Amino acid sequence: MEPITQLHSTTVVMPSTNIDTDQIIPARFLTVTTKLGLGKSLFADWRYASDGRPNPDFVLNQPAAADSHILVAGHNFGCGSSREHAPWALVDYGFRAVVSTAIADIFASNALKNGLLPIVIDAATHGWLLEHPGALVTVDLAARRLSLPTGASVSFPIEAFARHCLLNGLDELGYLHSKLDAIAAYESARAV
Amino acid sequence: MTARTMFEKVWTAHEVVPETSDTPAVLYIDLHLIHEVTSPQAFAMLGASGLTVRRPDRTLATLDHSTPTTSDQIFGKVPIRVDAAAKQVEKLEKNAAAFGVELFGMRDARRGIVHVISPELGATQPGMTIVCGDSHTSTHGAFGALAFGIGSTEVGHVFATQCLLQRKPKTFAVNVEGRLAPGVTAKDLILAIIGRIGVSGGTGYVLEYRGATIEALSMEERMTICNMSIEAGARAGMIAPDDTTFAYLAGRPRAPKDSAWDTAVASWRALASDPGALFDASVDIDASALEPMITYGTNPGMVVAINAAIPNKADDPVDKKALDYMGFHGGESMLGKPVDVVFIGSCTNGRLEDLQAAARILRGRTVAKGVHLLIVPGSQQVKREAEAAGLADIFKAAGADWRESGCSMCLGMNGDTVGAGQYAVSTSNRNFEGRQGVGARTLLASPYTAAASAVFGKISDPRPLL
Repeated sequence: MEPITQLHSTTVVMPSTNIDTDQIIPARFLTVTTKLGLGKSLFADWRYASDGRPNPDFVLNQPAAADSHILVAGHNFGCGSSREHAPWALVDYGFRAVVSTAIADIFASNALKNGLLPIVIDAATHGWLLEHPGALVTVDLAARRLSLPTGASVSFPIEAFARHCLLNGLDELGYLHSKLDAIAAYESARAV
Repeated sequence: MTARTMFEKVWTAHEVVPETSDTPAVLYIDLHLIHEVTSPQAFAMLGASGLTVRRPDRTLATLDHSTPTTSDQIFGKVPIRVDAAAKQVEKLEKNAAAFGVELFGMRDARRGIVHVISPELGATQPGMTIVCGDSHTSTHGAFGALAFGIGSTEVGHVFATQCLLQRKPKTFAVNVEGRLAPGVTAKDLILAIIGRIGVSGGTGYVLEYRGATIEALSMEERMTICNMSIEAGARAGMIAPDDTTFAYLAGRPRAPKDSAWDTAVASWRALASDPGALFDASVDIDASALEPMITYGTNPGMVVAINAAIPNKADDPVDKKALDYMGFHGGESMLGKPVDVVFIGSCTNGRLEDLQAAARILRGRTVAKGVHLLIVPGSQQVKREAEAAGLADIFKAAGADWRESGCSMCLGMNGDTVGAGQYAVSTSNRNFEGRQGVGARTLLASPYTAAASAVFGKISDPRPLL
């Protein structure tokens, strides 16, 4: 995985709360056996009309959304199904961070394993971002800070080990592999 | 010694390496359940890295999500109609064979929804850690197991190491007292709990359902409760194992036998939270005040008593968007709203007791004209039991469509879908936009309410039919 240190991008704003993983990638697109190519189906039921043409009202179909890597979404983003296809689709589309006031547990865990930063910030900063779609923001993963074009900046929590892996381009499996002796010892002690 | 919660006991017993500020815990996984939708990418990762499944003996595979439910497709008289689903099924068959994982294949008598078959086999046991690439893995917490959904990358981690990197979640006591009124079920109770704490109220927590009401529930009812923990944002929900749990497990094919059984029960009895154990959060629910519940919006927390009006929150953009999708208005009564489809099944309500409840309503009655009633058993074993008990005959006589087991219309990726704009009363777990098909409008309810609504062709209180 490519190391991530900083993101500098305009935002796309989707203010809806409780955007679930069925909206991010509907189940009918889960009949794939690889991770690739899901970006075209991202938010499919909101993004396309029933005849398959882009819905011009949907934010991702507007010119301002092009080249944005940061999605600002309403409270409790990524709730519901554990499908990792959701972060796969977001990353395949081009997003590198999701910013909200709450992000669902399994989605956040899956996102971190795919180079997609789940960034939880306070309601006031989030409110500013919702009111300023397209704002140019900077995310500094090493410093755990998100900076607004106003000059204001806020810190965000991120699990320490996942951050270490993202900053250094490491796969978490490598760490688990380094514990195989301890795992074998646990199995023999418990006779499992 | 400090009083410990059940969660704390199970967690500590599975710490291969405890967490530090820099690193998550390495948590041992006793049972890894897999299915066709979230496993292919994990197997591909193993293959690409030259890795193997470390403990195939602790790994169990089934086909449920994209698997069709019509007999002709299951038993090979015709090909699986959804081509991509057919490929996914074939992929799991090949992967299971290549990596030595036990698979309950298409025509296996033990096949079914992953969260139905593992308990009925006795593979799910108290005190275990259980994971699956599926958020409704929380179901197994009904046995006092720590069970949670994971993503496909983590499925790969468990394949390769039988462990996961996890931060310790917080604990949340859901205290439920009072007797459920006749016609009010475990499904109504969990919908009421989600309505109370909200769809993100459990985020970061493991819920423990406690109290006299919970202790009085059967194992199948407890599974319905724990199943929907994720709909409150909690990855896991747990219920202390007791005599009800042990009676359910005794004699099941994969439960311990003879002296091992006695040893196991003794250790399982020690799992319950110690008196005075502290939880990070709690809520008290009075079950005696509950009525049958039904959802009116597009998440499981948007729920009301069946004879209540839809909340009038005209200035709330979230509610407005949901009601626009559903074609409802604040202040309207839920009773009498039209129904096109009724789905009885899923890992939430697809077990024998759920089908018995549906049969209690449908016996001697018929489905209203224009309504499609689809009844899908949670497993092939549930199907056989329902047929042996005469339930399937009641369903067919009522005009219902009786199928082979699978996830079916819960998530509409297997050919079973609700049409755009149609209203479906569903015993499943999610009423998200489009969950059951593009444009489908889902109303979550109990098997009683679903069956009664099928009979009348409109949203109906089941209690007069009981």
